[in-house]
Amino acid sequence: MSVLIFVELDNGSIKKTSLEAVAYGAAVAQTQGTSATVLAIGNADSSELAKAGAYGANKVLHANDAALSNENAMAYASVLAAAIQQEGSKIVILPKSGLSDAMGARVAAKLGASIVSGVTELPDLSNGFQVKRSIYTGKAFATVEVKGDIKILGIKKNAIEAQEGSGTATIESFSPSLPEGDFTAKVINQEKASGELSLTEADIIVSGGRGMKGPEHWQPLLDLAEALGAATGCSKPVSDLDWRPHHEHIGQTGIKVAPNLYIACGISGAIQHLAGVNSSKVIVAINKDPEAPFFKAADYGIVGDVFDVLPRLTKAVKESK
Amino acid sequence: MKILVCITNVPDTSAKISFTDNNTKLNKAGVQYMIGPYDDYALARAVELKEKSGGSITVLNVGEADSDPQIRKALAIGADDAIRVNCDPQDSYFTAAQIAAVAKDGNYDLILMGRESIDFNSGVVHGLVGEMLGIPSFSPVMKLDIEGNTAKFAREIEGGKEYLEAPLPLVLGCQEPIAEWKIPNMRGIMTARTKPLKVVEPVDVNNLASLTAYSLPAPKGACKMIPADQAETLITLLKTEAKVL
Ligand SMILES: Cc1cc2nc3c(=O)[nH]c(=O)nc-3n(C[C@H](O)[C@H](O)[C@H](O)COP(=O)(O)OP(=O)(O)OC[C@H]3O[C@@H](n4cnc5c(N)ncnc54)[C@H](O)[C@@H]3O)c2cc1C
Ligand SMILES: Cc1cc2nc3c(=O)[nH]c(=O)nc-3n(C[C@H](O)[C@H](O)[C@H](O)COP(=O)(O)OP(=O)(O)OC[C@H]3O[C@@H](n4cnc5c(N)ncnc54)[C@H](O)[C@@H]3O)c2cc1C
Repeated sequence: MSVLIFVELDNGSIKKTSLEAVAYGAAVAQTQGTSATVLAIGNADSSELAKAGAYGANKVLHANDAALSNENAMAYASVLAAAIQQEGSKIVILPKSGLSDAMGARVAAKLGASIVSGVTELPDLSNGFQVKRSIYTGKAFATVEVKGDIKILGIKKNAIEAQEGSGTATIESFSPSLPEGDFTAKVINQEKASGELSLTEADIIVSGGRGMKGPEHWQPLLDLAEALGAATGCSKPVSDLDWRPHHEHIGQTGIKVAPNLYIACGISGAIQHLAGVNSSKVIVAINKDPEAPFFKAADYGIVGDVFDVLPRLTKAVKESK
Repeated sequence: MKILVCITNVPDTSAKISFTDNNTKLNKAGVQYMIGPYDDYALARAVELKEKSGGSITVLNVGEADSDPQIRKALAIGADDAIRVNCDPQDSYFTAAQIAAVAKDGNYDLILMGRESIDFNSGVVHGLVGEMLGIPSFSPVMKLDIEGNTAKFAREIEGGKEYLEAPLPLVLGCQEPIAEWKIPNMRGIMTARTKPLKVVEPVDVNNLASLTAYSLPAPKGACKMIPADQAETLITLLKTEAKVL
């Protein structure tokens, strides 16, 4: 009956959004009078996995078959389904991401489970099992009654404030059999920017638009990002023009982000861009046009030239340390 | 090669979202509808693949008659025929089960979808359909070529790309830059009128999630403007007032 939580690993560490999922799952487990079990797939030391205990997990199942070294959603789904069966879980929590959505979907189809992705709050159990989820790319919410016997929830970043406690979790190795059919695709190559902060995990994002004038002018933005320990993003035209790599493209048709602080530099604030950033806690817009729509969506605004303002902000950040 | 492209009929990305009927229905007044932008990329790539190596493209929508203009547009862009499963799409599982039922009958080599719908943003229908049909599914796919019976494609992963090869059939959730959106030309629009659009009734599936009510985010407070010549005070405000630094 244990609530099962899947955590994503990045180079052997549990991602921050996944620790939120653990805290969410542990909170749900408490309301159900049951325990919280975590499933981790891939390489990680036991000291890192034990961290899940500090966020409320009682047990960690660790699947570390060499065949699982690539993020293969089909094989991961088979592992998750096996864990659900072993634990008799009725509630399954995933941190919303491309990988988790793909795994969750395949597991839902295997088990005939309900799947609701994009959940923003703890469930309301006063009348059935209701969850609030983000829809229309952050422009609205829907409250949905989840009816399946097994319920799979993909939770959005900041759905819960995750606090580290002093709990501990036992770690068990988990090696279910893996169906051959999950491995028909061959990975030919991976191109991955190394050492880059991930946009979906970042607490601070500095993002540039066409107002940055060209790829050769990005340095002031990169400098501010570095001073703040921020990840960098961009608008769609910027990635379309190849000024910045595609995986930095934020918005309706790109990555949706939810940092504590989003700083938009020379981005007009088109509704399709805002759709990707409207879950940010605090938004700063820097734009030379006082009529730029971004100011309507921002908490703080500076009407000015990015090439004047950015270096001064970088200096101020460095001096304030 | 037989390609099935699944399209959603969704409010335009610039639409203002509001609700009526005690927050249980979308207020459709003044809302323009469009083919989901990701689905539109999938369709565009399907048309290019067909131009290169022949075959046929069927578009599929699970929806009511108000989807027909979008279906006709997809036909004008280059699909050969269309199927609409006549129902109000309920939840992701229900929708996927309808798509899987159509796909089983059609024996498609390639099922292309968008990476996510832009109304409910779940990003799960491709995985559900793949599992229901017992075939692999991948998303988000940003590059796709077909050679014989093999798909060669690239998938976006965090911070980069992964290049893969897999035998058909497959279900793929697409995003840019897999292709450029296509605008229907006059000839396309004329021929679309006579291309077949088959309306079928839904199969029986349990609804596993049902909507109780919609709501809107709390309105944003006013933006605090900082004069450019005092830009540095922003950093202080972010520390002491907003407490995000
Ligand atoms: C279906 C659809 C989906 C889309 N999806 C996305 C998406 O996911 N993400 C996205 O970003 N867009 C998306 N768009 C595009 C979107 O509509 C806008 O065109 C785009 O966001 C504009 O990018 P921008 O703000 O960088 O450029 P612009 O609109 O050209 O704005 C540049 C801004 O920079 C300012 N500026 C110029 N010089 C300076 C300077 N020296 N200092 C300070 N400010 C300066 C200007 O005042 C202006 O406001 C989508 C569009 C459609 C139709
Ligand atoms: C009037 C209305 C009422 C709704 N009521 C509910 C409700 O009560 N409960 C609930 O949970 N959801 C409800 N929904 C949401 C909706 O039915 C499904 O969630 C939706 O069809 C699938 O969206 P998704 O976000 O799961 O798709 P995703 O998984 O994000 O979609 C991925 C891809 O699958 C394909 N696809 C998705 N949907 C369709 C479709 N309908 N036809 C063809 N291809 C498709 C597209 O290629 C899409 O890009 C409602 C929607 C509408 C319009």
